[in-house]
Amino acid sequence: MGSLVKQRVLRTIVLLVLGVYFILPLIAMAEFSTRGKGGSRSLESWTSIVDDEGLMEALVNSLLLSVTSAVLMLVLLVPTMAWIRLRLPQLQRLVEFLCLLPLAIPAIVLVVGMAPLYAWVNYFLGDSPLTLTFAYTILVLPFAYRAIDAGLAAIDLKTLAEAARSLGASWFTVLWKVVVPNIRVALLGASLLSVALVLGEFTIASLLNFDTLQVQVNLLGKRNAGVSIAVSLLSLLFAFVLLFALSYVGQRRRQTVVEE
Amino acid sequence: MTSVAPVAAAPGGSTRKSGAAGRPSAAAWLVAVPFLAFVGTFLVYPTVLVLVGAFQDSAGGFTFDNLSTLFTGVVFDAFVRSIELSALTALIGAIFGALLTWAIAVGNPDGMLRRVVVAASGVLAQFGGVPLAFAFLATVGFEGLVTKFLRDNVGIDLFAGSAWLFELPGLTLVYTFFQIPLMVIVFLPALDGLRPQWREANASLGGTSWTYWRHVGGPILTPPFLGALLLLFANAFSAYATAAALVSQGSPIVPLQIRGFLTGEVVLGQENLGKALGLGMVIVVSIAMGVNVLLQRRVAKWVR
Repeated sequence: MGSLVKQRVLRTIVLLVLGVYFILPLIAMAEFSTRGKGGSRSLESWTSIVDDEGLMEALVNSLLLSVTSAVLMLVLLVPTMAWIRLRLPQLQRLVEFLCLLPLAIPAIVLVVGMAPLYAWVNYFLGDSPLTLTFAYTILVLPFAYRAIDAGLAAIDLKTLAEAARSLGASWFTVLWKVVVPNIRVALLGASLLSVALVLGEFTIASLLNFDTLQVQVNLLGKRNAGVSIAVSLLSLLFAFVLLFALSYVGQRRRQTVVEE
Repeated sequence: MTSVAPVAAAPGGSTRKSGAAGRPSAAAWLVAVPFLAFVGTFLVYPTVLVLVGAFQDSAGGFTFDNLSTLFTGVVFDAFVRSIELSALTALIGAIFGALLTWAIAVGNPDGMLRRVVVAASGVLAQFGGVPLAFAFLATVGFEGLVTKFLRDNVGIDLFAGSAWLFELPGLTLVYTFFQIPLMVIVFLPALDGLRPQWREANASLGGTSWTYWRHVGGPILTPPFLGALLLLFANAFSAYATAAALVSQGSPIVPLQIRGFLTGEVVLGQENLGKALGLGMVIVVSIAMGVNVLLQRRVAKWVR
């Protein structure tokens, strides 16, 4: 068939052209970050990543933030969302609206309102970068909400909870031993997304003057582009590995559903 | 915090039946308090601060001055440029993104190619930010790979005209690197919704590839395509990190103007102008998202 051949040719052209378009910057980053003196190759930019104390400190901040934000997000969302499905359907629309609201308010606008708020936060809790946990939990809400909501929709929450309750389980036991294990794949997905988002966040951290990975990378770029490009390449690859792993998490859920 | 008020006020009025659990007691509402208090403090309160501040003068009195400034001078120009940049990159992103989506949708649904493209798209669309700016410096910056290659081997100086990479043309180019991937993520479910039976039906009735896209695929994909276009527009309009890392001098677009207000280049008496800019951004994004929601409702009836 002529049309099948045409389709295959067109597909190859699209994949080739866009493939080159997207891979070229990656190659350029690898090339740029391995430039040495006088046209030679050198790994100096890469080795100096570890030597740069400011950068390492910022990386630790970002890693800690990715954990604290994911934990706060889970602690706030999971009990509330499970409870809403079980006992408080009246709140369903309000909570969904609030969780998706950050999509309509650009981070650059949110930070305008957060600046005065953070003056208070830093007055009461000190000016540790970890206070960014609050802002990041908000940014993560839309992604986390969708993942957890899909997880809860896939199980028969009411029946499971009633069964546990009739056997004498407390509500806390229901949450911890029934709900959480049953939606663990969704929780993992929500957490991975929030980790990736926090590690890449720049807007709020830079405008509230906190030292995170991306803020340092940007700062460093002004005096040593090689190192910044090396770190940028690393963080893109790391986020890719996270999301690539996520695609298998989703698949395993599909398969277990089929088995059941 | 005023945002928590609905929780405290609601217990008496809840007569809706909620399945086997019965009517929620006052205690049942307490479970939602931590979430609502948190979101009230860190999302609703800052948002209200921006929206209300946009209508206040520096003494706190009500005024329309901030908003009317949006329609004058550099601020207005920035809005026009932001909208142009967002519309142009949304269009480019939607067209090339749709082509790429088609190329992976016709392949093996569990294949490695699709997996890699989807994961890479997720990275670039949502988490690119600052690294994307540096990817560009490494590629077409003053000392970038492509710049050097063209200069040394072909004799073309990319920067002969101007420092375009750090101005609007550069932003347009960089933005396509998260707009095309976002299109893939948003558009893929729509293409996956096309059933092979429709193509077979078209073929068995003597239709060609052209009649299929003209009468079946095209009409079905038009609403999701337009919806994705609006989403891409809102996405580019809201984007800050890449532009901020690339453009350190001047503020050609609205997000960078807001940066100016936050980092202290404030003219006396215009303290709340930044908030008015924020309100302007929220309005533009909300319009795009609102139209998108209406479109998606129509799509929901079709692709099932």
